[in-house]
Parts: sequence; C-alpha cells; structure tokens
Amino acid sequence: MAAVTTTEDLRLVGISKEFETFTAVHPMDLTVPGGSFFALLGPSGCGKTTTLRMVAGLEAPTSGSILIGDKDITGSKAYQRNVNTVFQSYALFPHMSVLDNVAFGLKRKGDRNAMAKAVEALDLVQLGPVAKKKPSQLSGGMQQRVALARAVVNRPDVLLLDEPLGALDLKLRRQMQIELKRIQSEVGLTFIHVTHDQEEAMTMADTIAVMNAGRVEQLGDPATLYERPASTFVANFLGQSNLIEASVTGPPSGGVVPARAHGQDVVVSAELLPAGLKDIWIGVRPEKLRLGGGGRNKMAGLVTDASFTGVATQYLVRMPWGFEVMVVQQNDGSARACVGENVTVSWDPGQEFVLDQNQAEDAGVVVDHG
Amino acid sequence: MSWIRRHLLTVAAMATLTILLVPNLVVAIYSFNKPDGRFNYELKRFSLDAWLHPCGTPGICDSLGLSLRIGLTASVVATFLGTMIAFALGRHRFRGRATTNLLIFMPMATPEVVMGSSLLALFLNIGLSTGKLAILIAHIMFCLSFVVVAVKARVASLDPRLEEAAADLGSRPVSTFVRVTLPLVAPGIAAGALLAFSLSFDDYIITNFNASPNSVTFPMYVWGASQRGTPVQINVIGTVMFLVSVAFVLGAQLVAARRAKRA
Amino acid sequence: MAEAVAESALPTRSPGTPARPRRRRANWVPYALLAPGLLWLIVFFVAPMVTTLSTSLQQGNVDDGYVLTGNVAVYWEALQAYWPQLLRSLVYAGIATLLSLALGYPLAYFIASRKGRAKNFLLVLVIAPFFTSFLIRTMAWQSILSGEGGLLEKLLGWLHLGFLFDWFGNVLEFLHLSPNGQILGSPWAVVWGLTYNFLPFMILPLYTSLDRLDGRLLEAAGDLYATPRETFRYVTWPLSLPGVVSGTLLTFIPAAGDYINSRLLGNTNTVMIGQVIDSQFLRVLDYPLAAALSFILLILILGMVTAYVRKAGTEELV
Repeated sequence: MAAVTTTEDLRLVGISKEFETFTAVHPMDLTVPGGSFFALLGPSGCGKTTTLRMVAGLEAPTSGSILIGDKDITGSKAYQRNVNTVFQSYALFPHMSVLDNVAFGLKRKGDRNAMAKAVEALDLVQLGPVAKKKPSQLSGGMQQRVALARAVVNRPDVLLLDEPLGALDLKLRRQMQIELKRIQSEVGLTFIHVTHDQEEAMTMADTIAVMNAGRVEQLGDPATLYERPASTFVANFLGQSNLIEASVTGPPSGGVVPARAHGQDVVVSAELLPAGLKDIWIGVRPEKLRLGGGGRNKMAGLVTDASFTGVATQYLVRMPWGFEVMVVQQNDGSARACVGENVTVSWDPGQEFVLDQNQAEDAGVVVDHG
Repeated sequence: MSWIRRHLLTVAAMATLTILLVPNLVVAIYSFNKPDGRFNYELKRFSLDAWLHPCGTPGICDSLGLSLRIGLTASVVATFLGTMIAFALGRHRFRGRATTNLLIFMPMATPEVVMGSSLLALFLNIGLSTGKLAILIAHIMFCLSFVVVAVKARVASLDPRLEEAAADLGSRPVSTFVRVTLPLVAPGIAAGALLAFSLSFDDYIITNFNASPNSVTFPMYVWGASQRGTPVQINVIGTVMFLVSVAFVLGAQLVAARRAKRA
Repeated sequence: MAEAVAESALPTRSPGTPARPRRRRANWVPYALLAPGLLWLIVFFVAPMVTTLSTSLQQGNVDDGYVLTGNVAVYWEALQAYWPQLLRSLVYAGIATLLSLALGYPLAYFIASRKGRAKNFLLVLVIAPFFTSFLIRTMAWQSILSGEGGLLEKLLGWLHLGFLFDWFGNVLEFLHLSPNGQILGSPWAVVWGLTYNFLPFMILPLYTSLDRLDGRLLEAAGDLYATPRETFRYVTWPLSLPGVVSGTLLTFIPAAGDYINSRLLGNTNTVMIGQVIDSQFLRVLDYPLAAALSFILLILILGMVTAYVRKAGTEELV
C-alpha cells in the first residue's frame, strides 16, 4: 500500500505514430495518474495497442514525448524503461522454468534477491507450486498469471496490459478481472490496460480513455462515460443506446428545453443540452426507458420482440417512423408486454444524453460482443 | 548503438552471402575466358567459344547426361521410398520406431568416404560389378534419409483435423489422401526431391568408389579434368546449372504465389 | 519451396513427434510403408557396414583372395600409421564447423528476419550454389587463392592492398602453417574450402530454427530490461540451439570425411583421413586396412556425435 505514494504520473505529450501507409495515432495528450487503473478502450485498429507499445518503448513515436513524473523517457530503449508489459500472447520464454521467467527481469537489473522476489511474486498469483514447470505445461489461465507475475515482480513505474485476458474463456476472464484488480490494489502500481471489451474496461478501470481511429474520443470514469457519452461513437461502443433524431423548438423554461422528434413533442434537460445546438440526437439507454406512460416524454410503439434474460426482459419496440428502440425492463414484478402489443414508451428528462446530429448514428456500433 | 548493431548484422550477412556466391561468379567469369594452356587458371582473352560449343570437349555432355539421368532416377525412387517412410513415422505408432529413426539417421551421420568404400566392399564380396547400376543404388541409399527428414517435417506439422474434417464431409480415405493430405505435404515432397537431386547430381566421393570407366558422371569428369586440364565448357555447364536452378526455384515460387492469390 | 528445403534440414525436436496415432487403421500399414525403404537401407547401408567390419578382420591379398582371420591387430596398425591424418581431419572439420557457425549465424538470422520475397530469394541464393558442382566451385577457390596471378591477389593489388596478401602469407609462414607463405596449399586454404563447401548445411537448419523464433519473445526480453546482447544470450541463442546442433552435425560429419578440399586446396601435409581410405581402397588395394580405417572414422564420429547430442539435449534427431 505504501507504494501508492511513490508512483508517479505517466504523461503523453502530443504523441503520435505514423506508419508508412497510415496514421495509427494522431497527436494526443494523455495523463495517467500514478497508481490508477487506467484502460485504453477501443475497437481493433483504433491505435490503442500502438499507444501502449510506444509507452513500452517497442515503437518509437513519430512526434511528442513520454514522461514518467518529470523524466522524459521518449528516447530510451524498452530495456532502459522502468515499464513492463503483460503481452497478449503472454510471450513466456519456452525454454525457461516458470520461476526463471519471473526472475528474468530482476536478474537483468542485477537484483541479488531475484529468486526470492520471484518466488514471492509467484505466491501472489498463487502459482508457487508450479515454479519448476515449463510454461507449456501450464493452462492458459496459469500462463496468464505467470506473465502477470513476471511483469509485476519488477515493480515498474507503469505496468502495461495488452488485452491480457483475450485468450481466456468467459468464466476464467471474469475470475482474472477480479484477480487483476486485487493485485493492482495490493501492489499499488499504475496499470494501463488495453482492451476492446467495454464491459471489462468498465469493471476494472478507474479511468477509461475511449479511442477511435487514432484519437481519444473521451476520457473519464466508467459512470460518466456511460451516462454522458460525448459522441455517438462512445454512446454505441459502451453499451446499447437508442438515438432519436430531434430538433430544439424553443428556449429553455423550467430546466427543460422543448424539442420535436418525429412529429412528437418532447423535452430535454436544459443542462444536458450543449449551448447553441439545434439538431440533436436524444440518446436514452435501454434501461432508462420504461414501458407505460410513467415518464414525462411519451412515445407509442409496437412490440416486435421480447426476450427474457432472467434478471430483465429485453424488448424491441417499433416506433411509428420505423426505428426500433430497445427497452430493458427489470423483472421486478411489473406487467410484461407481449410481441404484437401496442405500448407506450416513456422516460423522464435528465435520463437522456444529448449529442450533435452531425455525428453518425451508427458510429461505434459493436456487432459482436467479445 | 542499435543502429550500428543492426547494420553490423547486415554487413556480416552480406559478407557470408558474398563468400557463398563468389565462386559462382568466378566460374561464370572464367566461362568467357580463352586460356593459353590446358588449365583455365588465368584470365587471358574474352571468348564466347565455350558458350557456343558447350559440348565441344569429348565426353563432357555424355557425363552431364548421365548425371542428369542418375539424378532424376535416384531422386524419384528415393522420394517415393522416403515419403512412405515419412508417412509411417509421422502418422503411425508402431514397434521399432526408435530403430527406424536410428536407421534413417545413420546414413546422414556416416562420412561419404565410409559409405562409398563400404558399398564397394559389399559389391566386391557379392560379385556385383561397379558401374551405373551401382552408382544408382548408392545414390538412392544416401538420398533416402534426407527425403525422409524433409517430408516428415511437413507431415508432422500437418493438422490432423483437416483429414478428419474431410472424412466428416464424406470423403473416403483414398480421396482424402489424394485431395487433402497429398497437396498439403507436396511442398515437403518437392523439397525432398529437389534435395535428393542436388545431392545425387553433385556427389563425387561415393560415386567414385562405385564407378567404372564407362560410367563417368559429371563430377567425375570435372575431377578428371582438374588433374589433366580444365576445359572452359565446365564453367559454362556450371553456370548454366546455377542459373537454371535459381530460375526453376523462383519460377516454382512464382507459380505457387499466383495460385495462392487466385485461391 | 526454398523454405521447405530449409525446413527439411532441421530435425524435429519435439518429443511427441508422432502426430496423433490412428488406431482404426490396420496395424500392418506402417510396416508396409516402411518395408521397401528400410530394406534398401538394410541391404545397401547396414550390410556394407557389416562387410566392412568383416573385411577389416580378413587377411590376404587381391590375387589369392582374403580369409577371415579375426585380425584385430590391423586396427592398431591403422591407428599407428595414420593417427596424424585422423587427428588432422577432426581438427580441420572442427575449425571449419566453428567458422561456418560464425559465418552462417548472421546470414541465417538476417534471412529469418526478412519478409516474403526477399526471404525466399535469399534462401534460393544459399541453396543454388549446390547445383554448380562443388568440384567446380572448389576449383574456383583455387584460382581465387592462388599466389601466382590469383584473383584475390589481383583484387587486393588493384585496391593497393596487396601488402595484406603478403602479410597474411608471412603470418602463415611464421606460424609454420604454410611452407612458402602461400595461402593456396596451406592448411588454411583447406579449412576455408571445407567451411565454404558445407556452409549451406549450417545456414539452413539455423535459418529454420531462427525463423520459428517468436519475435514477441525478443520484445518481451527487451521489455524485461534485457539489453540486445542479453536478449541474444538468454533468449535467441538458447532457442536456436536445435538449429545449431543439427547445423554443426551436418557440417562436421561430411567435413571430417572429405578429402576433395584437401586434394584441391592443400598440399601433402594436409592429407586427411578420407584421402588415405580412398587411396588404400582404390590404389594400394589394401582392403583390410582401408576397411579398418573406415570403421575407426565411423566409430570416432558416432562417438563424438552421441556425446555432443547428449550434451545438447536433443532427443530425437530425425
């Protein structure tokens, strides 16, 4: 726990990376607070892994600099940086025992207690008993923990995790997420976690930077990103969103702004409406919509699909203009609707988020949830 | 530092490549020479004589023909026998596996001079006369192991699930073998055959033990020439063989690449 | 295809090579597949070895025939008479193998780190010299290394570096490695010829094992504070050992038995054991002695190979 105070911020200043044929990362600034669990989230090809590799020193940035605390490490080699990586493929040395793998970094740094520390790190990830085995004799989950121990044992300023749980099955992944979080709070190091799995990022990270096409779309804590996405990309990439086209029709009064959406009058919370915006997307998360007229904004529709998921029921309701909104209703004993039923969908102002209509409706839509 | 190191590697690699290719360059240069004496040692005058009359020295093209025939026959037979062994080793579990492996390994671990002289001893003992047949037998023998190794590497890396998938899709064993297994192992077989041909074509030591005066292979002809006087035609043939092999391998790769693109 | 040739040069190392044995096939199938090839090897490899052993223990002469007398003394005689050539062969082959390793490793590493076409083209260049008879290529070295109008001397002279040629010759003379200060005809020319001739046999297996090396492991080493030198020492080198082992074997074994290089590039003081066996068999016609020498060479090499492989920890060689 004491380690937390000594951990310094990682700062990326105007950093960018251009490859021969494309720009992987556009110039960006990013500060990762010391001791935090930070996630870089985005679809594949968004530049998150390139960013990570630049921090690790495996890729040289085209411009900008990387600082840990006040120390500029832009020009230093991977082996000169006090930064360690848990690789996606684990990259465990196949010819060395698990223990030798974990002790590798300490030995290179000339640590006399390398072996003792390695044993300790293996205990931390509960792999003490297999220290003498070769990596190939371990299961995927165990290999993953060896990779983690091999990085953590060096007490790096920053620990980078490159989709470390990607190769594990769902159950193991959940387990490892909790484990990672536990280890992070135990050792108090700065973790930067690269992932395309929004759920994983939200469960684990203190702060998430959502990346898209080489740029950071939005930076914030998971709740803010989810409740107040700054772009349709973020709205769609993190969870489900119902985006309804609307235009502002009058000045604010009583904390709300009147608007018209597909011929229906609705109101939008005044404080959520960016100043000067007229044509807007009103975004409402499925669980914020209610079946029935309980909310202030009401719209009529036809239930086209209902799927029972245990905790909740998920409905698709077709609106008069053809758009299907998703409604998630808790199974809290309230009445259920059937397919083919005409229903009213409603929500209260303040539950929505408002975005510029210039943004593409389907940006960041995830077809397949990983 | 890393820049220097990276380029140091390039320099070292190019130096080795130069060493590998310099003799071929020299052979090519000397193929345009018109030496004064019987030996083609010193560059005197530029001449196309040898290129215009590659068979201009008695015996040279006969020996080349014999070497090509022996090389082809030996590589075909060795590839056939070796591929069968490779499949047995790569695909089956059987008793005597270790002994088989040892038997395959031994010819590669035995110096040519020992193999050549031993075969001669055998032929002398059973009264078989040396000559073309003896050479062919010897070549098949020492090429066999190399084919086994080449094909086995490929068979071992083959995903058995592909064959299972073929069977699952209703393919009979024979058609699975012809349509799935063989095409996948083909590069290994081709490599084995190529290796066998080059080993056979280039062999002197074993051949020398088992040859007779009327079975002069190309390497034996060259050896004889090195003692009596070297005709420039030797350089022409050496250069042509080099160029043909480069063109052949690159051509084969081009065809394979084009096929892969089309698929 | 060039890749496949390279592949073939490396023994598969994994202990579990038999890829999923299949039980449903009849048990006679593997034996049917093995029979023709193994029979060939038994008749034309094993039987000759037995014949050689038996020949070595016979006494007699070409005209009257030979009788098996169990004359073990011939081995002692052979060793006594030809131990210098035997030792020389092993030493030359050993030096040539180390030289090949030193020369071949960078090229193999370089090729393995290339991509696509460049890689294939380089591999072809490594293999292609095979197709020009090695005798012709060795003769080319004669004209390169020759002190009288040789190409190397001319090239150095043209570069005003002629003194290098003389200087090297003087060093050789001083070290009693060359009687007349000539490179051609000295042990060094022979070792050089051996190195050159078997270099591809070194490069191909090295290439194969380096090509299989996962680049991410090198990154991981760098990430874990290993300098490039340490990365090589602790990761690259150990993981390329299978290639090193088969490369050194494929170089050392033929080099130890070779005598073409010694004949074409050496002198009477560089005679190697292969030359002795050759002349005893084909010219002197002392079959028992030649057979005994063959057998001694074989046993020596097999002994060294076995010890070496044990030490390197490679279980299955083929």
